Amino acid sequence: MGPGLRRDDVVGAPPMSLALPAPRARARLSATPGQIALALGIAVFLALFLVWPSATVIYVAFTEKGGGAFTLVNFVDFFRTDLFLRSFWNSFYVSAMAVVGASILALPLAYITSRFAFRGTVLIQTLGFLPLIMPPFVGAVAMQLFFGRNGSVNLLLDDWFGFKIPFMEGLNGVIFVQSIHYFPFILINLSAALRNIDASMEEAAQNLGSSGFRLFRRIVFPLAMPGYIAGASLVFVKVFDDLATPLLLNVKDMLAPQAYLRVTSIGIADPMGYVIAVVLIVASVAAMALSALATRGIDYSTVQRGGGGLSRRVLRPYESVLAYLTVTLILLLVLAPHAGLLLLSFSTIWSFSPLPDGYTMAHYARIFGESSLYIKNTLIYASLAGLIDVVLGTAIAYLVLRTRLVGRDVLDWAASAALAVPGIVLGIGYLRAFYGVKLWDGTPLASLWIVIVLALAIRRLPYALRACYAALQQISVSLEEAAENLGATKLRTVRRIVTPLMMGGMLAGFVTSFATAAVELSATLMLVQSNSDAPLAYGLYVLMQSAAGRGPGAALGVIAVLLVAVCTVLSHFVIERGRAMPQSGH
Amino acid sequence: MHRLLMLSLCAALVSTAAFAQAPAGKVTVVTSFAKDVTDPVKKAFETATPGVTLEVQNRNTNAGVKYLEETKSSNQVDLFWASAPDAFEVLKGKGLLQKYAPKASGIPEKIGQFPINDPAGFYFGFAASGYGIMWNERYVKANKLPDPREWQDLAKPVYYDHVSIAAPSRSGTTHLTVEAVLQGEGWAKGWGTIKAMAGNFRNITERSFGVPEAVNSGQVGYGIVIDFFAFSAQASGFPVKFIYPTVTTIVPANVGIVANAPNKAAAEAFVEFLLSPAGQQVLFEPGIRRLPVNPDVYAKAPADYPNPFKDPRLNAMIKFDVAKSEARNDVVDVLFDQLISFQLDSLKAATKAIHEAEAALAKKDNAQARALVAQARELIAAMPVDEAAASAKETASAFTGGKQKGARQAELEQQWAVFAKERYAQAQAKAEEATKLAK
Repeated sequence: MGPGLRRDDVVGAPPMSLALPAPRARARLSATPGQIALALGIAVFLALFLVWPSATVIYVAFTEKGGGAFTLVNFVDFFRTDLFLRSFWNSFYVSAMAVVGASILALPLAYITSRFAFRGTVLIQTLGFLPLIMPPFVGAVAMQLFFGRNGSVNLLLDDWFGFKIPFMEGLNGVIFVQSIHYFPFILINLSAALRNIDASMEEAAQNLGSSGFRLFRRIVFPLAMPGYIAGASLVFVKVFDDLATPLLLNVKDMLAPQAYLRVTSIGIADPMGYVIAVVLIVASVAAMALSALATRGIDYSTVQRGGGGLSRRVLRPYESVLAYLTVTLILLLVLAPHAGLLLLSFSTIWSFSPLPDGYTMAHYARIFGESSLYIKNTLIYASLAGLIDVVLGTAIAYLVLRTRLVGRDVLDWAASAALAVPGIVLGIGYLRAFYGVKLWDGTPLASLWIVIVLALAIRRLPYALRACYAALQQISVSLEEAAENLGATKLRTVRRIVTPLMMGGMLAGFVTSFATAAVELSATLMLVQSNSDAPLAYGLYVLMQSAAGRGPGAALGVIAVLLVAVCTVLSHFVIERGRAMPQSGH
Repeated sequence: MHRLLMLSLCAALVSTAAFAQAPAGKVTVVTSFAKDVTDPVKKAFETATPGVTLEVQNRNTNAGVKYLEETKSSNQVDLFWASAPDAFEVLKGKGLLQKYAPKASGIPEKIGQFPINDPAGFYFGFAASGYGIMWNERYVKANKLPDPREWQDLAKPVYYDHVSIAAPSRSGTTHLTVEAVLQGEGWAKGWGTIKAMAGNFRNITERSFGVPEAVNSGQVGYGIVIDFFAFSAQASGFPVKFIYPTVTTIVPANVGIVANAPNKAAAEAFVEFLLSPAGQQVLFEPGIRRLPVNPDVYAKAPADYPNPFKDPRLNAMIKFDVAKSEARNDVVDVLFDQLISFQLDSLKAATKAIHEAEAALAKKDNAQARALVAQARELIAAMPVDEAAASAKETASAFTGGKQKGARQAELEQQWAVFAKERYAQAQAKAEEATKLAK
């Protein structure tokens, strides 16, 4: 939708099958000074910690090699090089297919756990979330040992049936691994959205004779669309920008690996790596903008709140069996890498065999002493980064959806672009931007650990932003209008009405940001200045460079996964309790 | 923890100012070496030099070089410690290292044909490593494969899809191996050998440790690796074997003092320690397994430890021309990437077709088919640039951004890629035709 169009103009345009009772945002909320100040504050933050550091590195894309004069010839070269064009299409294809794959995994889990009275919902939601937390390096080894050409599955298949399945070969391998790895983005956002739908919608549909899959397809899923779109767009962009998985599978003709390989080769001062980085950023922002367009014209908000989500139907016995079977199968598939990781952390030698040769506790003993420091640092960094992200994400979502400030979309896009800035570029940018800045005692600013937190927050901001954005989309403006009509200030409205109603989405955002920040490495590796400041991922990196470090690395990886899982469950409990209390009276 | 760090930093500053000679305080090293290497050295060094603590910052070689470059305005790092000699060359070229003359004695000038220390005195070899072939015994047994002896063996049809290597643009030591083959066999023939081998590659990894990792876990049968990857894997109990082929390079792993090192005295002490007999012996640790550069230390080596100073093969080696290697460093890397890494699928398809044609010919000979196969092999071996052009200034400046304005790097890359792709496709067609004729 063009900037000239108003929300009201577009709403009726797409022939949505949705009949919502919610009143549309007729009243235009103009910006208050507080909102303008908030927008400026966020703009300054993003400019300081995202745009400027990245620009100090990426400007190379626009310069002539050696000379430094401004030129656009590098972009012409990009489109003239077969390798880059092939990489572009490969990246696009893989990302699109990964969204399909991730949806196939996420939809049943989200549907079953939010529609039916199902035992172990919290457990499934937590387990289904784990694949997002695949510790660097060691996760790759575990994955290969399980699904690789001579991994457990293929060795057994070959033994029993005489054939192998190329799970991890070429582009299809990347799609497979990425679908498993990133489907939690859809799961977590879709589940949050499903929980936000009021049962009255469903009851109304049922009264009108709709039921079963039709009810889901026509009423429930469309109402949860913001959550699905938020998750799917994250999967798309993340896969588009991810370099770890293609490199693990030795697929080099995709864009992100090409950028990484060029930026990090020693001595070659080549602008093309930065050109690819620019292309990545533009493509990611475009994808995010498209997904915003897809949901912007339509009103997803509902006025009624407090029903505690959809009514949960009790399953008939055969349905129950089917549901448990589906959930178990999906969980077995997506958690196989973690099972491999766990096995690896207890194994003596595991080489070309379905199972390890022997088992030992020695790896845990070796890392026992030093891991407490890593755990402490990781908890501090990741939770601070997650908090910053939720605050910024909520603020940006509020500004974009609830105000008509000029240029508010730019904030959204800038924050989303962070997803596409390669970690190594951001790391170098931070050194360039902040190493020259000295503190009173001469310590460079860039050597403080808070800089790692900022880098993590910037890199994970898009996750929280999308979750908060989707949550806010589901809240009707009329609730806020009502509050304001009753005399509440904007700030009070946000605090007492918007924030509590968004809580589910904000939690989803925090957990995604926190969990992924806990295992992030690429920017961290550039910024860690001493072992005492190092997070878990760095400890993993240090171990995983030698044959003897594989077991201890796996043990540390297991600790990282457990840490994040425990924190996830804890935050679920906290939010469930917070939600249960106000309801207890009704 | 930060106050502590700052305190010790101040302490280091004060102490270096007060007693310029006696090493004390904290000395910071940026290294690409794994914890299994750095921990024993740190322990031994701190015992041998009381009052000094070694602060290890692990970064991969590329990130380490970038880090020193970005932080040079107020450098906090004393030492750079890594394998790849080319990384040190880059640092030296950017003025990020300082000269030093080690006092340690008993270390010869050369190992094999390679000078141990930088002739200009900016970095020093402390351990030697040679390149060779590593394999997973279980994998080899399951696939009933023969043991290779030489590089050329890996070009044989039996090894198709079983071999892995790190890209020379990503691994300085692999680069030296490629360069050694090129210097040993000559430009045209050398590339022929490399490409014939590459036709059997399973994959080309982007980091050096990716190759031993894949061999250790049995995902790939054979890896072209630096020796200590295999030795330390053996020491950890993995079922792997390793051999040095006749044409190998023995290259030193290095340490250098960073320009404007905050704790220069302690940095020098660390270099001296690494080169001392005590420091050299630490290299025998199971997790390290590198070859000391001091020949006398081998008296204390574990049984069956390879000794490059006694190994007769090293003396038979070709003379390695460092200047020549440097002049075409980037060109060789980019050629490998464009002709092999990024065209691996079509190169493998052509190679497979040739293997099939040759198998068919072995059963039923056919002169015309034989000629077609020979043409196909020539097409694969063909190079877009000859030796002179590879070292020419115009070509080099496309990569370094030098004064001579020729084609841009991206243009050259595209030309080379198209050159290779067309020829591989033609080679595949010819080989398939030959198979038909021989049947």
